[in-house]
Amino acid sequence: MTWIGKIGRVGRIVEPADEAPDATAAPPTGVTGSLQLRHVDCGSCNGCELEIAAAFSSVYDAERFGARVVASPRHADGLLATGVVTRNMHQPLLNTLKSVPEPRVVIAVGDCACNGGAFAQGYGVVGSVADVMPVDVEVPGCPPTPQQIIAALRTVTGR
Amino acid sequence: MPCSLGAAALSGGLTAAFGIVGVTLGLSAIFGGSRDLQIDWLLPLAGVRFDLGPLGGLFVAATGAVAVPVGIYSVRYAQKEHWARFPLVMLPLFVAAMLLVPAAGSVTTFLLSWELMAAASLALVLSEHHRGAVRSAGAFYAVMTQLGFASILLALMVLSAAGGGDAFDTIAAHVGGISSGARTAVFLLTLAGFGSKAGLLPLHAWLPRAHPEAPSPVSALMSAAMVNMGIYGIIRIDLQILGPGPHWWGLTLMIFGAVSAVFGVLQASVATDLKTLLAYSTTENMGLVTLALGAATLLSSYGAQQVAAIAMTAALLLILSHGAFKTLGFLAAGSVLAATGLRDLDKLGGLARRMPGTTVMFGIAALGASGLPLGAGFVGEWLLLQSLIHSAHDNNTLLALMMPLSVGAFALTTGLGIAAMVKAFGVGFLARPRSPAAEAAREAPASMLTGMALAAAACAVLAVAPVLLGPALKHVLASVPTVGGGAAGPTLGTYLRLPGLAGSMSPGLIAAALVIAVLLALGLSRWGARHRPVAAVVPLWACGSESLSSRMQYTATSFAEPLQRVFDNVLQPDTDVEVTHFAESRYLVEKVTYRTLLADPVEHRLYTPVVHAVTTWAHWVRRAHPGSVHLYLAYGVLGLLIVLVIAR
Amino acid sequence: MSTLADVATAMQVLAVLAGAPLVVGGMRQVRARLEGRAGGGIGQPWRDLRKQLRKQQITPQGTTVVFALAPAIVAGSTLLIAAILPLISLGSPLDPAADLFGVVGLLFLGTVALTLAGLDTGTAFGGMGSSREITIAALVEPTILLAVFALSVPGHSANLAAIVSSTADHPGQLVSPGSLLAFVALAIVIIAETGRLPVDNPSTHLELTMIHEAMVLEYAGPKLALVEWASGMRLTVLLGLLANLFLPWGVAGTHPSVLAILIGFVAITLKVSVLAGVLAAGEVFIAKFRLFRIPELLAGSFLLALLAVTASYFFSTPTN
Repeated sequence: MTWIGKIGRVGRIVEPADEAPDATAAPPTGVTGSLQLRHVDCGSCNGCELEIAAAFSSVYDAERFGARVVASPRHADGLLATGVVTRNMHQPLLNTLKSVPEPRVVIAVGDCACNGGAFAQGYGVVGSVADVMPVDVEVPGCPPTPQQIIAALRTVTGR
Repeated sequence: MPCSLGAAALSGGLTAAFGIVGVTLGLSAIFGGSRDLQIDWLLPLAGVRFDLGPLGGLFVAATGAVAVPVGIYSVRYAQKEHWARFPLVMLPLFVAAMLLVPAAGSVTTFLLSWELMAAASLALVLSEHHRGAVRSAGAFYAVMTQLGFASILLALMVLSAAGGGDAFDTIAAHVGGISSGARTAVFLLTLAGFGSKAGLLPLHAWLPRAHPEAPSPVSALMSAAMVNMGIYGIIRIDLQILGPGPHWWGLTLMIFGAVSAVFGVLQASVATDLKTLLAYSTTENMGLVTLALGAATLLSSYGAQQVAAIAMTAALLLILSHGAFKTLGFLAAGSVLAATGLRDLDKLGGLARRMPGTTVMFGIAALGASGLPLGAGFVGEWLLLQSLIHSAHDNNTLLALMMPLSVGAFALTTGLGIAAMVKAFGVGFLARPRSPAAEAAREAPASMLTGMALAAAACAVLAVAPVLLGPALKHVLASVPTVGGGAAGPTLGTYLRLPGLAGSMSPGLIAAALVIAVLLALGLSRWGARHRPVAAVVPLWACGSESLSSRMQYTATSFAEPLQRVFDNVLQPDTDVEVTHFAESRYLVEKVTYRTLLADPVEHRLYTPVVHAVTTWAHWVRRAHPGSVHLYLAYGVLGLLIVLVIAR
Repeated sequence: MSTLADVATAMQVLAVLAGAPLVVGGMRQVRARLEGRAGGGIGQPWRDLRKQLRKQQITPQGTTVVFALAPAIVAGSTLLIAAILPLISLGSPLDPAADLFGVVGLLFLGTVALTLAGLDTGTAFGGMGSSREITIAALVEPTILLAVFALSVPGHSANLAAIVSSTADHPGQLVSPGSLLAFVALAIVIIAETGRLPVDNPSTHLELTMIHEAMVLEYAGPKLALVEWASGMRLTVLLGLLANLFLPWGVAGTHPSVLAILIGFVAITLKVSVLAGVLAAGEVFIAKFRLFRIPELLAGSFLLALLAVTASYFFSTPTN
């Protein structure tokens, strides 16, 4: 019962939304405000994962712009790839993309996913995400802030 | 020596012909009134007497209706499975014996036909006697069948002695003079004997042993027609002839029925052998029928004739629908067995693409067995529920306690039945094959499919058009006045209505409306179709790995594991997990073996002690048989003296 | 049965069709607001549905017609239930065709279709979801039938119109022990059947904690849209059933006037919204049960339902 009091006292903690960015492309299916993403960690240090988790938390709330993380690539509109593509995750990443129904997008989050970042010269590394598949949106940063991630998502959702 | 197509065709054709004769005779007895036939010279001392009334006619017609598809099916089946000549000869004889049992009009004729039926079925169970499992199942079955027969023999002897005659209508005429002690004895003995034949607890253990080991057409006949004879015996002797009994009769029937139903379906839901699953499902359904009979008897003994009529109609409909879907189920299982050589669900799978006809047939049977709408069993179960919920009107404590408990048991049975049938159909027929034998399966020949299609047609009629059975059921109901026959039963029209009570249902309308609704849903899914990219066939989502082997699929054992855990105390499974490590390092596991053994707990806890006790007692009695001829002569003289003294 | 009653029935089917995503969206919004977030808005499920309908139609290798047809069967059976239930008016033309037992049967028909689809995928998660779903369905069925039994006793009929009108005419029945126990039992059943907390977490990403979601992991695009829509519709019709069985005021009669139909529509919308909101708010305070604690919960609800029936026999107020 103390929770009810706590909920009342804390109230709304979500940050006010920034201005909507200019859409870089039309939403894949033509329906604005709906984007389900399947997150794939290709070999990251989990820094970007923490920022993505923060982006979908109560403080930044990416869901209010229509984005959601789902468990199965079949339910998704695209991939949210983090980390540099390691050898072991190369084929699984491609298989995951193949399982996403068309039309689909690939969003690379973090410097490692965009251009290899700190691990570009590693021995177990194949390359950045763009080296193995066409990437539609890149979110640079090491790690990118939740606001940057959300801004990138909003360019796809159009909301 | 394996048979030729001609011999198989003769056997199958004769079986089907007997079936048609049975259906015709049965229907004419239902609508035309009783038929009487007396042949005094056939048997010395007693003669043979047939008396086919509407009740017997229903069972004869039901048996015949099962025999027709089985006969057509067994033509190619016998050829494929290389049947010897003996089973081919016994198959039509078995059907003929089964047709005689409900037609019997006197105690002697009844017992004679009963034994003929039992002997024929035993011979057929032992068709593949070169297999050890078949021999042990046959021995088990033989002993239990004869014990049941002994019980029935005793009961009928008491009945005819008390009733003053051999013929059933003589006994029925003198029923008022039978003492209540004799009635109790007859009731209990017939319940034991006929209940064992019907597969009721606790004397059911032969059913899941014998039915899977018999050839599939024989399993179908046994499960769909022979077990009905047990129910027929209970209705004829205890309810029709012995007339209205005390309240505890109905109560006993209800309790045994409910326990059999729940136990049977529980074992079915954890069984991994397809035919064992179907056999336990027979115990479940016969339990439901007995529950309905018990409800009708109990309600009738309290004067609620209208509701008793509903319960009795439910019992009869459940018998008919069980006959339909169980026949179909066993015939489909036989088709799978002939195509793959497998009964084990853990090794089957992927049959939907390789044997589409058989898959559809089993799907219809599974739908009927699960009691869902559009299934053959739905109407009977609905009627049973209606009779149970309309019962306690006069503040009767016993009824007020029994009816909710029965509904609870019935509901648990239905729920677990759904789980069992989903497992059988989903694991056995869908997804991908789990073994090379299943992968090599090919569809059954056309005549086997024809036999199955006939049974499927019967399931469809029972599911959406029970109106066709309405007049027949009314006649049969009228012939059992002591269980609600005095009142008008439910009206089986397009709408099922309960006279004098509020409640109606229309299975045909629900089916039609469901089809329309599904088409509507399919139409809805076309919305936005013009924006879609081209459709594609893609590999399964294997969580990123390359491919899914068929070993990664759920098996029947794993599917039922949560249920098995929930009912751990009742099932008492024997599980064993063995972990083998690599020789080089105890940290790496090479192999994990999981073994589970689900024995029948009733067999373990009831039969084993009894058999043990009998064996011990027999060993003790053996001491009186040392082998001396002088001692045996002395026994003979002593026995003769005792008989002379008593006879004086 | 008048034509206005038919219109009311058509209206309730359309209302369920259109309103189910709104109910789901509303529940997510309530949860979001209580968590301090803004949420996607009440229209988010509708946006997701429209988007999924425009995606590629996918057939996974090795699946059969069962996988392809299951979403339509679930959706179709739910639409049929929406047409049978007395949501807006009592005069549905299908009311004499199916009573509460028939409705329960149709509900399980949908469950079975989806379970078979989960097995048909041949993946480990599909089988796992199906296995867990059927275990829960098997254990829920006794409770639901007993609760139906308890509700049929006062009105002496299991036909829905009869039960609802009997409760509306005799409001005193609602506070009888039988009725209250049946309400609790039915509420637990609805939570279990629709896969809400504490039985199942509808928004989990961890496959090993999934029950309903695991069965539909393989569905994509339009079929996924149907499955999600059908899930929302099942929740809506079950909440509507609960509402009208225990709070039947506002339901139009068997021969309703236009005004009565409008009142009925507003009433059911209000009742379902309130119930959905209460359910969503309740979910914020509880966590998901371990899988093998669920049979204990269902056994408890079974006992409540059994007590409900017994109580309704011994404490029933005499009706006509």
